[in-house]
Amino acid sequence: MADLSCTIAGIKSPNPFWLASAPPTDKQYNVERAFRAGWGGVVWKTLGIDPPVVNVSSRYGAIDYNGTRMAGLNNIELITDRPLAVNLAEIADVKKKWPDRAVIVSLMVPCNEEDWKYILPLVEETGADGVELNFGCPHGMSERGMGAAVGQVPEYVQMVTGWVKKYSSLPCLVKLTPNITDVRHPARAAKNGGADGVSLINTINSIVSVDLDVMAPTPTVDGKGTHGGYCGPAVKPIALNMVAEIARDPATHGLPMSGIGGISTWRDAAEYIALGCGSVQVCTAAMHHGFRIVEDMIDGLSNWMDAKGYRTIEDFRGMAVGNVTDWNQLNMNYDIKARIDDDKCIKCGLCHIACEDTSHQAIRFHQGAEPDDRKFEVVDEDCVGCNLCMLACPVPDCITMERVDDGETYRNWTQHPNNPMRKEPA
Amino acid sequence: MGTMGDIKAGRLDAAALADNFADAHPPLDDKNAVIEASRCYYCYDAPCIKACPTGIDIPSFIKKITTGNLKGSAADILSANIMGGMCARVCPTEILCEDKCVRNAEGHKPVEIGNLQRYATDKLFAAGTQLFERDAPTGKRIAVVGGGPAGLSCAHRLAVLGHDVTVFEAREKLGGLNEYGIAAYKTVDDYAAREVDYILSIGGITVQTGKALGRDFSLADLRAQYDAVFLGLGLGAVNALRCDGEDLNGVYNAVDFIADIRQAQDLSALPVGRRVVVIGGGNTAVDAAVQTRKLGAEDVTLVYRRGKNTMSATWVEQEFAQVNGVTVKHWLAPKRVIAEDGTVTGVEFAYTATGPDGKLTETGETAVIPCDTVLKAIGQMFVPATISDDGAAVLDLDGGRIAVDETRRTSVDGVWAGGDCVAGGQDLTVQGVEDGKIAAHAIDAWLRAGIATGTAAEPGAGATASQPA
Ligand SMILES: Cc1cc2nc3c(=O)[nH]c(=O)nc-3n(C[C@H](O)[C@H](O)[C@H](O)COP(=O)(O)OP(=O)(O)OC[C@H]3O[C@@H](n4cnc5c(N)ncnc54)[C@H](O)[C@@H]3O)c2cc1C
Ligand SMILES: Cc1cc2nc3c(=O)[nH]c(=O)nc-3n(C[C@H](O)[C@H](O)[C@H](O)COP(=O)(O)O)c2cc1C
Ligand code: SF4
Ligand code: SF4
Ligand code: SF4
Repeated sequence: MADLSCTIAGIKSPNPFWLASAPPTDKQYNVERAFRAGWGGVVWKTLGIDPPVVNVSSRYGAIDYNGTRMAGLNNIELITDRPLAVNLAEIADVKKKWPDRAVIVSLMVPCNEEDWKYILPLVEETGADGVELNFGCPHGMSERGMGAAVGQVPEYVQMVTGWVKKYSSLPCLVKLTPNITDVRHPARAAKNGGADGVSLINTINSIVSVDLDVMAPTPTVDGKGTHGGYCGPAVKPIALNMVAEIARDPATHGLPMSGIGGISTWRDAAEYIALGCGSVQVCTAAMHHGFRIVEDMIDGLSNWMDAKGYRTIEDFRGMAVGNVTDWNQLNMNYDIKARIDDDKCIKCGLCHIACEDTSHQAIRFHQGAEPDDRKFEVVDEDCVGCNLCMLACPVPDCITMERVDDGETYRNWTQHPNNPMRKEPA
Repeated sequence: MGTMGDIKAGRLDAAALADNFADAHPPLDDKNAVIEASRCYYCYDAPCIKACPTGIDIPSFIKKITTGNLKGSAADILSANIMGGMCARVCPTEILCEDKCVRNAEGHKPVEIGNLQRYATDKLFAAGTQLFERDAPTGKRIAVVGGGPAGLSCAHRLAVLGHDVTVFEAREKLGGLNEYGIAAYKTVDDYAAREVDYILSIGGITVQTGKALGRDFSLADLRAQYDAVFLGLGLGAVNALRCDGEDLNGVYNAVDFIADIRQAQDLSALPVGRRVVVIGGGNTAVDAAVQTRKLGAEDVTLVYRRGKNTMSATWVEQEFAQVNGVTVKHWLAPKRVIAEDGTVTGVEFAYTATGPDGKLTETGETAVIPCDTVLKAIGQMFVPATISDDGAAVLDLDGGRIAVDETRRTSVDGVWAGGDCVAGGQDLTVQGVEDGKIAAHAIDAWLRAGIATGTAAEPGAGATASQPA
């Protein structure tokens, strides 16, 4: 049995699966249910300075894709709408009852030192394991100069992180907003400010859909809508890239990361860990299916690790980082061609039409006498190895890509004769 | 004429009958329609399209269900097949479109094309949308004889193309076998009649029911009065068993029995035998057997003289019969209907086998299946008398049915034919619809060529006759 326990930024957890700061971690009742289900930790729903915020009715919108619900989720909720004292008392009680679990408190207070100085000791008193700074919320709070409004300005990130480290000895994770051109800048700022780690991503600015009858964005509040924060399976690719960027940036390489964004399965989690994350956080998947999904996450990750021979999370953490590179470092001599397995092929023609209409006209279509007497054939001279057909083909493993170059030579773009700025003669 | 065996009405109460004759395949709801539609791969040059006799663009209409473009979806269907709603209910999709769905090759269930087709067309009917507009009037008049799928399909397309059409129908109602033949549980809620109403709502189609070719007017009359003629006469007669006792009381034609069911106001008033033997191996045999069971017959045995692979009822229909409690027996050929005092008591069958030459032979053994009612369902045939003028054959036949070319043109100038009455078809609703459509375009092209040159389609070519109708 693999050992799933982990330590990130000094915070210990029996497994890397945490609930992200959001409605699932809004109060003691939910958090205790989550711990009973097996979650290794929680980031408590973001706390602020009283009076508490007020939320609106109709808060969520979603992308359904081909009958799959909530491929992407969007929300216009704010931080906790309960008084600070209530939350703090519950956090203390939870931590006392569940000493082995990670309890991190998410914070968002105005951008002045006094407020941070006021709230941090209160949090520390609860016995919580760490704080997470919510510099990411893209709506409602940013208009008030908090959340993403801070996270989008690296100087503010560094300054506020510095205050937090000054007034508290707790480990500090800075939660990054994806609503920025280059995530490395706020990550570097967090590190320079003394952060013990970063968590990413928070939600992405979005209008999830327009109600064509009401002619307003959804969720619609009395005929009007506003941009919200996008999360769920649809955002995972964006988050993975940001995680990888921070992992391979020399300035932040090795900075502890808690990965967030579209994690629904143990596989998703393993991918984040392979890119260097020490823990992962989940929100939408729990909001869709309830806390019990963690059972398969734990079980699946552990079985996969056993099969691969990884005893601990550290055994494979960050293993993929070295293979993320810049485009101009890719081997241009590497050559692959599509191969159709005729026994698996169901003759749907999707590979043909995708290549014919939108790529390189490399898949020939032969129609026989009978309607289903069809054959699809790859013409190697025309196939550029883009593998669009493989992606379009509905049958798993029916189209594979075969390597056809000698496998020995290497030439990247910086060395290519077509590159006017090449470094070496061709 | 003797007495009757145990044949009586009211074997089941009204609730049981309502249940038995409810929709055999309940429609998809919105959610399941989208889920099912999402299973379609949107194949390129899809094989299912080629397997639909009317060539409906199946991936296109299914895709439109997933996007909520239900009007566009129905338009894809009905522009290729004006009876797309009925076909969705009655097509043996397992040997047509769904048989060629690429999902089969993957070991999956095929996409439920028929059910999705029903979903889209039902939505259109519920919305009451007219999809078609008539072209500019051509001033041409066309007689369509027979108001079944072939005739109505032809009439509708001709009306759309701008021609004026008169449909002559021998029966009281239009629809042909949609109205009188298709099993009741395949077309509930008077669907056949509602579809006819939709078809006629295009305008330009005059209907004359109770008017029979060969009785009330002749082909020569029609050729004299109209610019072109389309014959969609169906099959008017039933094949004989050619065995003793065929004429006894208690021996019926399955098609007549089914028509009685379809037209019954009150199913509990319909007499049905306690023990029924149905002889035949096709659609009609299965439908008759199942419907007798559903009326409350206790023992229903469907008897076919060859093995199950040669039954023209598809495997789905055979299974449907068995699920509904029909006993299916193979390799038995009827020898005689047995009667006591003129009352049917059973049928004697000879066991059969195929010889080395593939021919059916009797083994010499026999068996008797006791019963009160015998339903004959061994096929129907075309009645050429309707198309003869004064007893003289007018149209060339082929194997007992009207010979046509690929445009459904007969041997006589200006006369087209389609559906069950022509040679070479498959005796399916969808085939009739396709024939009618093809013929309509051929007629249209012929008439327009005539309009252009001022030659063809002069009414009164040859014959003079009294005004039909
Ligand atoms: C019991 C039964 C069940 C069937 N089930 C199915 C099924 O589930 N699925 C399927 O695809 N197919 C089924 N079929 C076959 C299908 O019904 C026919 O193939 C289809 O109806 C043929 O259409 P048609 O227009 O050629 O003929 P018909 O539907 O027979 O219509 C011919 C019309 O012409 C009229 N007519 C005939 N002679 C004259 C005349 N001299 N003058 C004026 N009018 C005339 C008739 O009254 C009738 O209305 C079934 C057939 C039967 C008998
Ligand atoms: C309804 C809702 C409320 C959220 N509230 C907060 C919050 O108060 N503080 C915070 O840091 N992130 C908040 N988030 C963002 C999540 O913590 C998380 O970063 C994001 O949803 C991505 O993860 P996921 O794809 O697993 O949902 C919220 C998300 C949702 C859906
Ligand atoms: S997409 Fe795949 S299954 Fe479809 S024709 Fe091409 S190879 Fe065959
Ligand atoms: S008309 Fe019949 S064969 Fe054609 S697609 Fe519809 S159900 Fe299939
Ligand atoms: S063959 Fe099947 S999957 Fe392909 S287009 Fe037709 S219904 Fe869709």
